Amino acid sequence: MTIKTTSKFLGAATAFTLLGSAAFAETEITWWHAMGGDLGETVNEIASGFNASQDEYKITPVFKGSYEETLTSGIAAFRAGEQPNILQVFDAGSATVIGAKGATVPVQDLLSENGVDFNIEDYISGVRYFYADNAGKMIGMPFNSSSPIMYFNEQALEAAGVEAPVTYEEFETVTAPALKAAGYVPLVQSHLPWEFAENFFSRHNLPFATNDNGYDGAEGTKILVNTDEFKMHWTHVKQWLDDGYFGFYGTGWNDNQAQFEQGKVGLWIGSSGSFGGLMKKDLPFEFSATNLPFWSSITEEGYQTFIGGASLFAMSGKSAEENKATAEFFRYLTSPEVQYMWHRETGYVPITTAAYEMAKADGHYDRFPAAETGIKQLMLTSGENTKGYRMGFYVQIRDVENREFSRILSGETTVEDAMATIEKEGNELLARFAKTQG
Amino acid sequence: MKRAGFSTKWLPILLLLPQLLIIAIFFYWPALHAVTSSFYLQDPFGFGQTFVGLENYTHLAASVEYLKVAKFTVLFTVLVTFFSLALALLFAVKADKVLRGAKTYRTLLMWVYAVAPPVAGFIGLLMFNQTWGPLSELFKFFGWDFTLGVNYFDTAFAMTVVSVWKQVPVNFIFFLSGLQSIPRSVREAALLDNRSGTRRFWDITFPLLAPTGFFLLITNITYSLFETFGVIDTINKGEPGNNPMTLVYKVFVDGFRGNDLGGSSAQSVILMILVLALTVFQFRLIERRIHYT
Repeated sequence: MTIKTTSKFLGAATAFTLLGSAAFAETEITWWHAMGGDLGETVNEIASGFNASQDEYKITPVFKGSYEETLTSGIAAFRAGEQPNILQVFDAGSATVIGAKGATVPVQDLLSENGVDFNIEDYISGVRYFYADNAGKMIGMPFNSSSPIMYFNEQALEAAGVEAPVTYEEFETVTAPALKAAGYVPLVQSHLPWEFAENFFSRHNLPFATNDNGYDGAEGTKILVNTDEFKMHWTHVKQWLDDGYFGFYGTGWNDNQAQFEQGKVGLWIGSSGSFGGLMKKDLPFEFSATNLPFWSSITEEGYQTFIGGASLFAMSGKSAEENKATAEFFRYLTSPEVQYMWHRETGYVPITTAAYEMAKADGHYDRFPAAETGIKQLMLTSGENTKGYRMGFYVQIRDVENREFSRILSGETTVEDAMATIEKEGNELLARFAKTQG
Repeated sequence: MKRAGFSTKWLPILLLLPQLLIIAIFFYWPALHAVTSSFYLQDPFGFGQTFVGLENYTHLAASVEYLKVAKFTVLFTVLVTFFSLALALLFAVKADKVLRGAKTYRTLLMWVYAVAPPVAGFIGLLMFNQTWGPLSELFKFFGWDFTLGVNYFDTAFAMTVVSVWKQVPVNFIFFLSGLQSIPRSVREAALLDNRSGTRRFWDITFPLLAPTGFFLLITNITYSLFETFGVIDTINKGEPGNNPMTLVYKVFVDGFRGNDLGGSSAQSVILMILVLALTVFQFRLIERRIHYT
């Protein structure tokens, strides 16, 4: 064998080895999420389902703590060049991650570049635009999507001889007095900013912020809480508290939900995503759910609400193979089967119409009518103010809202002063956020 | 007496270098970074930023809420430090007199020291739980409708109690060893001079404990300002709402929850200056009056 042929042979062998590794080695991607407990188990199930469905890609989910902790770890990792392929970011943090142009690859681009069909019309209407840009391009893939709905204790309503109210007027004049007389706390909520602010504006198709609710850019966006309708709502909420129609147990979600679970409460405004957890708890009473109420004095019919929860962002700075793997994972994740499984196990809404149809065909809603409430509410009439909001530093704005709403309820401030404070501090934060984008 | 010294001036520098490097990397460099970030408003991902000069500071100075947090921090620090020291001193003096079963008694007083702040906070959450906490039940029995997490004062009360409870054992250990190092002869001489136990305590024992007390005063102020973070975070459940928080907790809330790097940096610079001033004050004014034996 001459030297020439040897090198040729070696070359061929190397080429063969390279080819082999390309064909057999899996492309590995990571997914940082904030889903603890049972939800985390379901996330792991989805990941292993994807890994088992093919042998080219392997996804590893990593639990990173609360929503805030997950976002902060993601940011720190990004600055160190160690970002995961997929980062779960919650609703209030979406302006931060979407505002940072170049931090993520818009999911719509990622999918189309990698040959995965994408049509925004396939998604349920309340889900479509929350994580989109102002042109309607989807930036983050909605993942655990939920909306605030009103659960009710059927025994309590029966004892009081009333039905779940459709409007707040009905609640105030009919439902609440009857429930109170029957010995129940008529109404409890679990997240004041989400249920009594953000979705209040959507339900009544009222603007929550200028610049198309903030979607048109951070520059000059102002929060619109100091309005007659919103102040009217809060004046009533405070009055309900004083009249014993409303119970408030602190900022924490669970402190309020616990009161409902103990059977002391007639109506509880929770998340459509609470459904799975409530079902597993084997409560000592029958419960069901209906839409979030609205004020008939503001609108004749209630508009749709938008999604809360979190979405998945494809982080930038990754190789084409890894991005392809991420796209394939999103294809798997949005398939009707996986969406229906996620919906069934957790109570979060399926994000596509196909998955919703599959759940219907399977008889899921005949077995659990309450499981359909969230989706139906997300598909109600839409308006110009129902797709959500996009405000920077919104985590702090939420903290301000929580603080001032709590003070209204404790009597430390008036509705008038509280809204003026939220408006002032909120606008300061928005202006500061606009400068971070500079 | 001949002064010991180095023959070359490079050797001492070389020997100090590792320590200096550690301080530079883990303290001066981040501190400097905080100072520069405090003049900017920056996108957390690092894509955009605007130089804003002193705006982050003037924003804080004009903020009613920041002032409220600062006021709470001062009050909280004073209360926690005072009660942690006073109770520990009381227990130490009493424990010092116990002869039978002294060891058991001391161990029981000390072991809370092993509880980590977040765990202490969690125990606090259980004890003060709105609906079934044993302490809340007790308060309700006396007509105090205790609502942790809803009422500002009640939450502040719980935070203070838990923080004091957590800190008393450390102080107790130091005070007890301080008491035991006071020579017997001094105590006996004092006993001949005065029969009154109270007078002897304030005139003899207390001044002799002063070095220990001074050391504990500094560590307790630092504890109240910084280390109570775990207790406060747990009791606030990560979502402060209308509940009290300290300056350090606010740095965390704005920086790590809210991703406001500039604002949060400005707050940490303010804290650095505060700690510096406090230390200078303590060593200049108080230490002069203390005599070490």
